[in-house]
Amino acid sequence: MTDQMIAPVRPETVDVDAAIGILKERFPDAVKDDTREGYVGVVVERSQLVEVATAIRDELGFDYLSSATAVDYLGIEDSMEMVYHAYRISGGKPLVFKAQTPRENSSIPSLIDIWPGVDFQEREAYDLYGISFPGHPNQKRILMWEGFNGHPMRKDWKEAYYEAELKPFESRWPKGYVRRSEELNIFGKNVAYPADFDLSRLSDDTEASLYAGMGLGVDVEALNSDEELKTDRLVVNLGPHHPSTHGVFRMVVTLNGETIETLEPVMGYLHRNHEKIGERNAWNHNMPFTDRLDYISSMSNNLGYALAVEQLMSRGMRYTPPTYRAEVIRVLMVELTRIVNHLWAIGFLLNDLGAFFTPALYAIAEREKILDFFEATAGSRLMCNYMRFGGVFKDIPERIRSTANLLNDKVRDFETTQYLTQLITETLPRAVDELDTFLTDSEIIKTRTIGVGYLPTETAIAYSAAGPLLRGSGVAYDVRRAEPYSIYPELDFDVAVRYNGDIYDRYLLRIDEMRESLRILKQILPRLERTKGESFFSGNKAVYMPRVAIGEAYGRVENPKGELGYYVVSQGDPKGPQNPWRYHVRAPSFINLTVLGQMCKGQKVADVVAILGSIDIVLGETDR
Amino acid sequence: MSSLDLRQLHDTEFPIPDEMQGNLAITSLSKVYNWSRRSSVWPMLFGLACCAIEMIATAASRYDTARFGMEVMRASPRQSDLMIVSGTVTKKMVVPIVRLYNQMPEPKYVIAMGACASGGGPFKEGYNVVSGMDQYVPVDVYIPGCPPTPQALINGLIALQKKIDGQSLANMDDVPWYGVGPSDPVPIPILGPDIIDPRQMGMIREQAMLAAAGQPYGVRELPAVAMQIATKKISAGAAVAAVSAASVVVDAEAEAARLERRQEAVARKRALLAKS
Repeated sequence: MTDQMIAPVRPETVDVDAAIGILKERFPDAVKDDTREGYVGVVVERSQLVEVATAIRDELGFDYLSSATAVDYLGIEDSMEMVYHAYRISGGKPLVFKAQTPRENSSIPSLIDIWPGVDFQEREAYDLYGISFPGHPNQKRILMWEGFNGHPMRKDWKEAYYEAELKPFESRWPKGYVRRSEELNIFGKNVAYPADFDLSRLSDDTEASLYAGMGLGVDVEALNSDEELKTDRLVVNLGPHHPSTHGVFRMVVTLNGETIETLEPVMGYLHRNHEKIGERNAWNHNMPFTDRLDYISSMSNNLGYALAVEQLMSRGMRYTPPTYRAEVIRVLMVELTRIVNHLWAIGFLLNDLGAFFTPALYAIAEREKILDFFEATAGSRLMCNYMRFGGVFKDIPERIRSTANLLNDKVRDFETTQYLTQLITETLPRAVDELDTFLTDSEIIKTRTIGVGYLPTETAIAYSAAGPLLRGSGVAYDVRRAEPYSIYPELDFDVAVRYNGDIYDRYLLRIDEMRESLRILKQILPRLERTKGESFFSGNKAVYMPRVAIGEAYGRVENPKGELGYYVVSQGDPKGPQNPWRYHVRAPSFINLTVLGQMCKGQKVADVVAILGSIDIVLGETDR
Repeated sequence: MSSLDLRQLHDTEFPIPDEMQGNLAITSLSKVYNWSRRSSVWPMLFGLACCAIEMIATAASRYDTARFGMEVMRASPRQSDLMIVSGTVTKKMVVPIVRLYNQMPEPKYVIAMGACASGGGPFKEGYNVVSGMDQYVPVDVYIPGCPPTPQALINGLIALQKKIDGQSLANMDDVPWYGVGPSDPVPIPILGPDIIDPRQMGMIREQAMLAAAGQPYGVRELPAVAMQIATKKISAGAAVAAVSAASVVVDAEAEAARLERRQEAVARKRALLAKS
């Protein structure tokens, strides 16, 4: 007892406020509190950012950089800033630190040497905001193409269909006089050309810049040496149209024989400007857009966004948190979504391994039964648009008509409770067991996956990997336990974790997670019964536009694919209708891809497809 | 039978020899040809976004496109008849899509699945989003929905089958791959400061000059023929009695344009044949 009392405070275990205190003591000139209304964390002088970040990681123990994103404060502060959210892998609240730069010649030192996981996020900030990152080895555009005119997320950059800063547009609401965007755009398309545009002066170096620096061709000196025979390196393009890339993803692979030397992900083929549109939308306009991020698990995306905005709203007046029934329904939906996603992921991982479509067909058949429930409840199979700030928009229906359970060619009419109980206690456990029985011990699967796509624990943390990719490498990090939300603290479940960090373990982990989800769902059923008839929405339904307090918030949930975070900034009139000033999505698929190149190095080309399948990406979220 | 003129088959009075009665059925060549084509439309294994998930669900066991002979999804454009544009078409992606379309052998069909592929959908205002696939490639069937349910996709596929059924071998406009030869490839868009459709360079230069002259939104001009039809329709709307007359005029005009196109097509083929 006395030993413990004498022992000095270990900085890597103190809470966030104390950690900030230590940081300010260490760097009195460089670290200052963020005193703006509704903001948390510290502002770091950019010239000392690297030193401060090193101290945050090494001395204070915030070893997991969840998110790094840029914000343009044109008209408010005339500066841009990078916002970093660092967590401890043992769980807890984030240490938020920011670095500011003037808008002209903006530059912020790269943190890639401290957290390699910022690689793509810094490239994204360069692409969309034009902030340059000295020290970044591969600073080029990532979502748009090389040569695109301007940096589109800057507040003074207007898209071709620009009508007004904020929605709802005057032309549509409240008068309802609609002008089509085509009539407003001089070229009639979603295109704006610069005034002095000339095709003859155009040089398309999009591809050339991609291949530059890949070290192609024969190394003549190596041929002359007496070492083993060197072969010419070959560049293979996988995608963007390729059946195994899970969408329009592209990998440029350099091969030596069949072995991979370098792999560079190329993305942006589905960059549909989620964030720019999100900043024009009013707060609740964004809910249906979040469906289309990770379009396999729309319910979970809804929850993440609702949590982020509820965080902001809770600071304002007249806010009541979601009711208990709303939370129960939310967890029900989110855990069913996790099963939907993992069924899909396993089915398509097997597709990638060459078991073409048979396992996937079985997985999809089970998935349809859950989708029937979603359709009966939310009205849509895929894009549910179900959650609201303060609850959900509709209660679970009394009865459900399901076509997946045809009996003598007739649609069956179920009582919802009965349908759910049967689904959760019988149908889905059986489906999971079935997959487990037929796949887990398969000789082919074991040979193809064990030891392939190895990701060591330290690398996974450093590269900000999340979800099954992180837990498959032996890190028991799950947002539901690390920073609990909703009613997860009162539910009994374990964080699934596997230790070998290869494809096989990621597959097993998904089976484990489905079983844990079923365990949660079994606890949800009695709660659902108990709260029947209670309110499922806490707010005042007559309020069309929620009032959101000024400030920033970072809401995150454990999505099936990993940690999904929403960084939202509210500025503007707290009394009138508002729009997000910044709406950023920390997409697990996007950040998990950072480590893909590392994982594939030295593997055979046929394994790339399986490794990508084991990460389980979805392009709507990767490119946003 | 070497002297058999296939055109005689259309004549229902064609005499069937007695010994072959009961073994033969007479139908039009187009019908047999279309029946076999419509029953084996192979889609390209080509998913863009959210709609691709519903497309896969449609191909899976519950909805099962195998019932329509469409279960063989080919990853190569060279082996496929149908491109289902399933999702948001971005400016970056439209370049490969047009290239893939050009690589498909004729007869080829395009389905714009969902709101995004049909007209930009919820992401239309985005700076990297193309307002519909038909800006670059001719589309045969549009399917509304975001995303369309599998039932809607199947409905679209049946609509395509009906379209194939309606095509006639006798009409070179319907089956240009037999009549005139393969159609010209669609020019591939270029990624410059923004996306550039090479077919529209003239318009782009003109409008860009307008913009430089300080006219922010120049009036877009409709193509001449469309303008004529539009004005006629408007004037027809003034008097009810004139409506039918005006529509007849429009139809006659369209018929004349079609005939002209066809004559041009035949002339082109003659020239090709003469060359070879």
